[in-house]
Amino acid sequence: MDLLLTYDVDTTSPAGRRRLRRVAKHCEGHGLRVQKSVFEIVADEKTLLKLLHDLDQIIDSDTDSIRLYRLPTDGFNHVQTLGIAQIQPHREDLVL
Amino acid sequence: MTTELLNTLYVQTQGTDLRLEQDTLRIHLPDTPGRRTLPLRRLDGIVVYGHINLSTELITRCAQDKRPVTWMSRGGRYLARLDGAARSNVLLRHAQHQRHDDTGARLGIARNLVAGKIRNSRWILLRAARDAAPARREHARKAAEDLAAAIDKLSAAESIDVVMGIEGQAARNYFAALPHILSTATDLPPFTHRNRRPPTDPVNAALSFTYGLLRSLVHGALEQVGLDPYLGFLHGLRPGKPALALDLMEEFRPVLADRFVLTQFNRRQLRASHFDHLSGGAVSLTEDGRKELIGAWQEWKTQTWEHPIAGREVPAGLLPVVQARILARHLRGELPGYLPWTAS
Repeated sequence: MDLLLTYDVDTTSPAGRRRLRRVAKHCEGHGLRVQKSVFEIVADEKTLLKLLHDLDQIIDSDTDSIRLYRLPTDGFNHVQTLGIAQIQPHREDLVL
Repeated sequence: MTTELLNTLYVQTQGTDLRLEQDTLRIHLPDTPGRRTLPLRRLDGIVVYGHINLSTELITRCAQDKRPVTWMSRGGRYLARLDGAARSNVLLRHAQHQRHDDTGARLGIARNLVAGKIRNSRWILLRAARDAAPARREHARKAAEDLAAAIDKLSAAESIDVVMGIEGQAARNYFAALPHILSTATDLPPFTHRNRRPPTDPVNAALSFTYGLLRSLVHGALEQVGLDPYLGFLHGLRPGKPALALDLMEEFRPVLADRFVLTQFNRRQLRASHFDHLSGGAVSLTEDGRKELIGAWQEWKTQTWEHPIAGREVPAGLLPVVQARILARHLRGELPGYLPWTAS
């Protein structure tokens, strides 16, 4: 399924900046970064549960927030963009 | 059976650096500032062409996750493949070895593999003859008749060598007819016959490269099903040769590889500028040419084909997996014979 994940991590303290990096790294392991704190993710239910659990362990629930949106089926095929945004290849082989 | 295709990463930009960072693949392309990351879990394989660096951490992680890494030469020749610890079903492999030792059973499989290839070659010729000019149509139809005769001869073949001989003769007839259904751009040297190691004209270069792509696809399919890719029925046992991969490739060569290459030339997707002429007469694809071909190959793999035995449409990229399963069922004794995939 197609998911959109956004996060906001309080970076006023060194510990907060560390949490931000860990959240970002973790998200990079699951999906593609489309904006500074926005990820597009393709996952199944099992992987999603694990992802949410792991992120919950990382963040400070008093200051940070994570939002996850389940897009309708085929959601990433109907993304509209403006500016420098690019459509991400989630279900294609990649050639570099 | 999972029908969702995970992505394969193909890297052919020379000098690219691939590293592991936690669960992420980190890519540094030369001459491109910044880095790119990909989630490793969305990749089912990495294929690299030529001079690409992979960090040891990445290689070992792929081995642990059983995600194959395939090394190809810059020109697309298969070099090596890394898989993690064998996970395949020992009973299936045992059955495969037993069938290999049973001359009759081995001959039966080899015959059907070749029949599938010739049948599909014939289909290509007849298909192309339909839209060809009358003179060309005659050539293609004539070759198709020869192939039909070859299929008839197969059923009487009493040894693997005879099967191989029929296969070789049919391949020569088929490649002799190919120029009649191919119309390359006029600034390209003509295709006259199949040659390799090295290929000496653009069509042969593209064919060789595409066979490399197909081979890695079929090899992967066999591994996935748990068969031993090195124990073949037609190609037998040869050290270092993935004989079963070569066996199973046969029925796919005409439709998945040859027809793909024909289309690329006929549509002028491949042009003179996509080829380098090297000293000594060899011709190879340029970096742009490879990119063009791999890009088109990805799309080609998603095109669906009717599968008469499975009774449904199957994307080209999964056809080898379906056929590997059918072969496995035959080896286990669940199917009386191996049935090749035939295009329709």
